[in-house]
Amino acid sequence: MSDNKSDTIPSFGEAANNKGQRSVSSTGGLGGGLGIHSMAEVLAIIAVAVIIIGGAEVLLRVFEVPEFVMPTPSAIVTALVVHFDEIAPHLGHTLIELIVGYTIGASIGMLLAAFITQFPFVEKIITPYILLLVTTPMLALVPLLILNFGFGYTPRFIAVGLAAGPMVMINSATGFRRVDQGKIALARSYGASTFQIFTKIRIPMAMPMIIVGLMMGAIFAVITAIGAEMSGGGFGLGSKLTTFSSTLRTAEFFAVILILAIMGIMIYTFFSWLGKRLAGWES
Amino acid sequence: MNKIDNRPLTVRSATKIYGAGPGRVHALQDVDLDIAPGEFVSIVGPSGCGKTTLLWSIAGLHHLSDGSINLGAEKIEKPHPSIGMMFQDANLLPWRSVRKNIEFPFEIRRKEPDANKIDELLNRVGIAGFSDKYPRELSGGMQQRASIVRALSSDPDVLLMDEPFGALDAFTRDEMNLLMEEIWAETKKTIILITHSIQEALFLSNKVYVMSARPGRIHKVFDVPFERPRPLKLMESAEFFDLVNVIKTEIQHRPTSNITAE
Repeated sequence: MSDNKSDTIPSFGEAANNKGQRSVSSTGGLGGGLGIHSMAEVLAIIAVAVIIIGGAEVLLRVFEVPEFVMPTPSAIVTALVVHFDEIAPHLGHTLIELIVGYTIGASIGMLLAAFITQFPFVEKIITPYILLLVTTPMLALVPLLILNFGFGYTPRFIAVGLAAGPMVMINSATGFRRVDQGKIALARSYGASTFQIFTKIRIPMAMPMIIVGLMMGAIFAVITAIGAEMSGGGFGLGSKLTTFSSTLRTAEFFAVILILAIMGIMIYTFFSWLGKRLAGWES
Repeated sequence: MNKIDNRPLTVRSATKIYGAGPGRVHALQDVDLDIAPGEFVSIVGPSGCGKTTLLWSIAGLHHLSDGSINLGAEKIEKPHPSIGMMFQDANLLPWRSVRKNIEFPFEIRRKEPDANKIDELLNRVGIAGFSDKYPRELSGGMQQRASIVRALSSDPDVLLMDEPFGALDAFTRDEMNLLMEEIWAETKKTIILITHSIQEALFLSNKVYVMSARPGRIHKVFDVPFERPRPLKLMESAEFFDLVNVIKTEIQHRPTSNITAE
């Protein structure tokens, strides 16, 4: 994969790689992370989970840690079940913010990447600004956005879109820049139009990096949505985190954290699956 | 088995200059070729002698600075449906199965793939059972076989081969050479092969063109006297060996001409 890359801007997929994270690696292929192969592996996974969760339960009880400091796993699950009616509507709000903000941001990011990589000069001029958007935490803008757009959904859509879009864009652009002249020549030798080269060569070649971008974008979208809710208040899982922690309802606080963790795992699993489906050839 | 084309391929004073000013490169200088229909010719020469530029120009992938290339009466200025190309290292698309790779040219030309012909060719090159595999699941030799099927499935009259077997090991390379010899005998296509291997060129061709570099031009032509069908053993014969050495000497001792003196 790295052989074909002519870019100089490090992609976030690569950054994750270099740190040896299991997430998305070019060598292991997309979605290599959670692949489960045998019964023994399943048993090992369950055993470790029992030891860690059970161990936490036992330790917290033995040392009589007060619930407002750190609730036991069983208390967290109980809180989630008992207070689910209270939490569920906020989960709905958060999902709406994520879906709307992410869809808009990721679409613009992908289209922009596809477009500007066709014009190296334009790309050179625009990329620093996209990098600026990637590296600046969009959370910092939330107070200003609230000032301008009120306490409704709008500032959150914008923040989520601004967090996801540049991340999708910068990774997709890395993908679109992977020009393999041999494959383009192959298509041209059969008389392919520029549009056919784009849809049949460039997009499939870019697909692994587009999916990396979509996944990174989704993760940043969640972080930004929760952060925006925490500072904006009113509705959404983030606002519940603020309320529960300030009223010392620690079990409920962790119940929300548990939901967020599950959400993160679902995002990872979904994009791993998508990567295997659409970019499984690169492994 | 196939229609036999009777259009000759002619190249007239083909010249290609890259860049401008003192840094410009004369990749091709007044190259003339006359290739009869059904002829198998090879072009050999040192790196940078312009042989790839010449082949890509015949494929319609490069524009000449001067001169012309014709297939019969038709001038070649862009890729032509009667001219097929095989690239270095098989050049299969890794995200497509073997069959989807073979159907790729049909997709680009918005034509229905000829399933019977494709099956027949898959059988012929011996990879019939592998059409649903992906390129990474195949050995280099099998990838090249798939690439041969892709190039032949649309039945081009002229087949251009850009050093297709360069990355293969010696045994696989021999196998592919034997296969190409047979395929040429069966189809009688006009084939132009670019290679670094003088043995490969001699084994396969009727004629071997030797090019020299800076500027790239045809330096010498050898008619290959060996009878067909040619067995692999031919490569061990003394005659073969001698001719290889003659051509090798021709390539090595050809002094590079001075550009300023042109």
